[in-house]
Formats: sequence, C-alpha cells, structure tokens
Amino acid sequence: MIVADRKSLEEILAMVADNKKILILGCKGCVTVCNVGGLKEVEILTSSLKIARKKLGKPLDIDIQVLERQCDNEYVAELSESVNDYDGVISMACGVGPQFLSEMYKTQVFYPAVNTTFFGGATQHGVWEERCAGCGTCGIHMFGGLCPIARCAKSLLHGPCGGSSEGICEVNADTECIWDSIVKKKMEAGQLEDLMGVKGLKDWTTARDGGPRRSIREELVQGKI
Amino acid sequence: MSELKSGSNLEKVLTAGHFAFTGECGPPKGANTKHLLGKFKYLKGNVDCVNLTDNQTAVVRMSSLAASSLMVGQGLEPNFQMVCRDRNRLAMMSDILGAHALGVRNMLCLSGDHQSFGNHPQAKNVHDIDSMQLIAMVKKMRDEGKFMNGDDIDVPPEMFIGAACNPFADPYEYRVYRLANKIEAGADFIQTQCIFNMEKFRDFMKKTVDMGLHEKSYILAGVTPMKNAGMANFMKKFVPGMDIPDELINRLKGVEKKDQAEEGIKFALEQVEEFKAMEGVAGVHMMAIEWEHRVPEIAKRAGMLPRPVV
Ligand code: SF4
Ligand code: SF4
Repeated sequence: MIVADRKSLEEILAMVADNKKILILGCKGCVTVCNVGGLKEVEILTSSLKIARKKLGKPLDIDIQVLERQCDNEYVAELSESVNDYDGVISMACGVGPQFLSEMYKTQVFYPAVNTTFFGGATQHGVWEERCAGCGTCGIHMFGGLCPIARCAKSLLHGPCGGSSEGICEVNADTECIWDSIVKKKMEAGQLEDLMGVKGLKDWTTARDGGPRRSIREELVQGKI
Repeated sequence: MSELKSGSNLEKVLTAGHFAFTGECGPPKGANTKHLLGKFKYLKGNVDCVNLTDNQTAVVRMSSLAASSLMVGQGLEPNFQMVCRDRNRLAMMSDILGAHALGVRNMLCLSGDHQSFGNHPQAKNVHDIDSMQLIAMVKKMRDEGKFMNGDDIDVPPEMFIGAACNPFADPYEYRVYRLANKIEAGADFIQTQCIFNMEKFRDFMKKTVDMGLHEKSYILAGVTPMKNAGMANFMKKFVPGMDIPDELINRLKGVEKKDQAEEGIKFALEQVEEFKAMEGVAGVHMMAIEWEHRVPEIAKRAGMLPRPVV
C-alpha cells in the first residue's frame, strides 16, 4: 500500500491560517490502513486544530468527512454539493487524493495534511517499511524476491557496496543492507551464479524518468468488461 | 595481458612485470589550481599514476576530470575516478570520451559514497547504472567502439579500466565473488580499500589466488599511513567498511603523540614489504590522505624509487 506520515500541526495550522471554515477529508484506502488519514486520524486532527485555533483567539469551524477513496472520481464526486461551502479543504489522503479533488473542483483549495512517502507495508505494529519504488519493470525474482531498486540506497544491481557492514547499510544504522540479505539468501540456496555476470543497464523509461505514467486497459476502456 | 589496451604508464609498468606504486590526490574545495599543482610536485616521479578522487565522501570539490587534465599538463599520469552517484549514463559516456581527448588513459569505476555523508546531503542521487555496469560500459566503449545503444563511437576511448574492492565489507564470504565479477566485467586492475587488518587480507588474497583472479587482473593493495591514533579512531568509527584492528590503534597510542606519525608510516612500510612478497599482489596503492608531501619519503623508504620508466 501507499504509506504516508502526517505533517506537523504547525504546518497544517499555517496552511489554514486565514480560513474560518474548513472541511477535513479522510480516505478509507491506504491511509486508513497505515493509520494516518482515516476517520480516527481525521477526528484527532480536528480536535487538535480546534484547540490550537481557540488558543489563538481565532476559532476554526470544521466539518469532517471520510471518502471511500479519494483516488476515484466516483467518490470524489460526492463532494459536489458541499465543497464550496468551505474556505479550504484539508485532505488526509496520499498525494493522489488532493489532486483528484483539485482536478474536479477547480476553484477550491485542497491542502495536503500528509507527506506521502513510499509503497510498503507494516513489518511490526506501528512500523512501516518501503518495499517498492514503482520502477515499472519488476525484476525481484532475480534478487531472491528482494528489491534492490527500492531497498538499496544506491539502487545497485550488483551489490553489496563497500560500505555494507554486518548487515547494515552505510547510510543509516537503522537500515538493513538489502544486498546483504540478497547475497546470503542466494548463497544459502546454492544459487550464487544468479548474481554473477553483468546485468543489462536498467531501462528507466518505465519509471518516473520516462515522464508521468499511464496504464491503459483497452478492454475496460472499450467497455467490454 | 600482452597487447596494450590503453598505453597508460600504469598498464605498461604492470605488463612489464614491475611492482606498481600508485598515489592519490584529492582535488581542492575550490578552483585553487596553485595548491593542486603544488601537491602534484610531491607525487611526480614517485608514483606510477595518481588517483584523482571524484567528490570523495560526497563533498563537492573540483571535478576529477578537470584535475586529471591539469595533471596530464604537468607530465604526471592521472587515474580518473568516476562515481555513479553524480552522473547518468549520458554524462558518464561523454566524460569518458572527454577524458580520452584530454589525454587521460586510466579510470577507476566506483559506486560512490552516499550523499548523506557529504556536504550536500539534500542532493538527489543518480545511480542510473552501478559500478559493475560502469566497468562493462567502459570496456564496451573501448573494445567494441560502441555506445550503450549500440551506435558506433568515432574514435573509441582507450582506458586502462580500474575497479575498487573492499575485502573488509560484508558479507565477507561474498567479497571474492564480487571481485571476480568485476574482473569478468572488464576490470584490468583493482585497487583495494585501505588495508589495516592484515590477517583478514592474507586470507582474502589466498581466496583470490585460489580462484586465479590475480592472473586475470592486477591487484593493487591499498595502504593509508595513519597520521596519529586519533585518525585511526575516527576512521574506525565513521568511515563505513573500514576494518581497523585495536592492535594498530594501541600501537599508535603506545608511542608519544609526536612520534605517532612515524609509527603510522612504519606500519605502512611493513605492509608494503609484506605485499611485495604476497602472492597475487601486483602493487600498492598508497593513499596518503592530505599527506602528499610525505609521499616522496614514503616511496623512498618503501624501496619504490626510482619508478620504472617503460
Ligand atoms: S523492481 Fe521495480 S516494480 Fe519491482 S519491487 Fe522493485 S521498484 Fe517495485
Ligand atoms: S550498504 Fe547495502 S543497501 Fe546500503 S548502499 Fe550499500 S549495498 Fe546498498
């Protein structure tokens, strides 16, 4: 799923400093699962903002709503009647949500309340880790099912670099060296030869480097299914 | 390894069977060519070629290519370092061609320290290709006269291709295979990370020789003379992939502060002596970090002078 972190209260306060009435809009998708932008977090942000603004002597009127998904026009359309009742709208969805909103409601302002960070999952309660960088050409089967593009700080296809130490990445003492795991897995499986040889240069056209990407499923476009 | 691939002095020294002695020089944090040319003077005649580091530890410095070119102008031979952190394949191929045009004939292909270590940690890194692929790329350009897209190069670059090897990084058991892979990819010579743990390095070289890698590429052992115990401590703590035994730190601490530099040089000289006799070691890469002025003395005491003229 897409993982995000909430922005600080100060940042959000600054965004809506001139607003008197706002909507805080949650999303039931990924951000609910990673506990950053679902109903519970919408409620927490609402009360924090209210308290802070009251203290400033500038009370803030806040409505709340949680859409099924903010990355789907069908649900975004649910706001059509009410969206212009507000001075601004805070979206707690990943970066996709406020863009779908901005595209549909051109005169309203949508503030991102979260920083979208990566594609990953929870490795323990309260801890999420990156697993994929969306490079557009998945080849993890060549690396023991572990992605060096997303998980090696240098995206090496022939690691580990000279900074790998005791399974830890040179960049950060809290980060595992994924190449250490790839190599150990391959060695244990007796498949070292898979790592030998020089892999062809990666074709980055399918990644962000090729420009904004688009997926077209013809049969759906044509309404066949 | 009979026909010359680049015609560089380093290549000639090695193919003639001499024990190579290479040096290192960090370009200035500025455009101070006077200072840089001053450092070259200490290296001239005392080493076979000099590595010009490429924004080492991710700190911005004068470009390694520009410094290499200045070095050619002074009659010394550069070993142009190139990291994968700061350039994509377009910039790399173009700089490789430019290097040849400027008279550079040796290259060292590296991944590069992560930018978080340096003075612009906010920078975006590139890593379009990695060091293994860079080695293969230079080889393809040189031997096939082709760009990566298969187009012909009008006058291919002639480079003696170098790669790095750190026997002290983990997982240790894999390091010799990674070295083999770099040699297979096209590395004509290897310069190792600074060696301090001799016991481990002996074992590593044994594995290297057992695999016959020393017959496919020239392996130069990396040596850095310690200036004092503080430097040893610092490197142990903060430089990733360094293996500095407490024994060495204690040896440095065991003498008075003013004598620690001499003790560091002594240890380095003992290492050079051992490398001269060690099977599979074709030379020494002396990385006297910001200590270029001591290189003449070190070269002399190491019995490396005069350097062979080939
Ligand atoms: S190879 Fe690409 S698509 Fe596959 S996990 Fe890694 S970044 Fe994601
Ligand atoms: S230490 Fe490992 S994960 Fe970190 S940059 Fe090097 S190879 Fe990649």
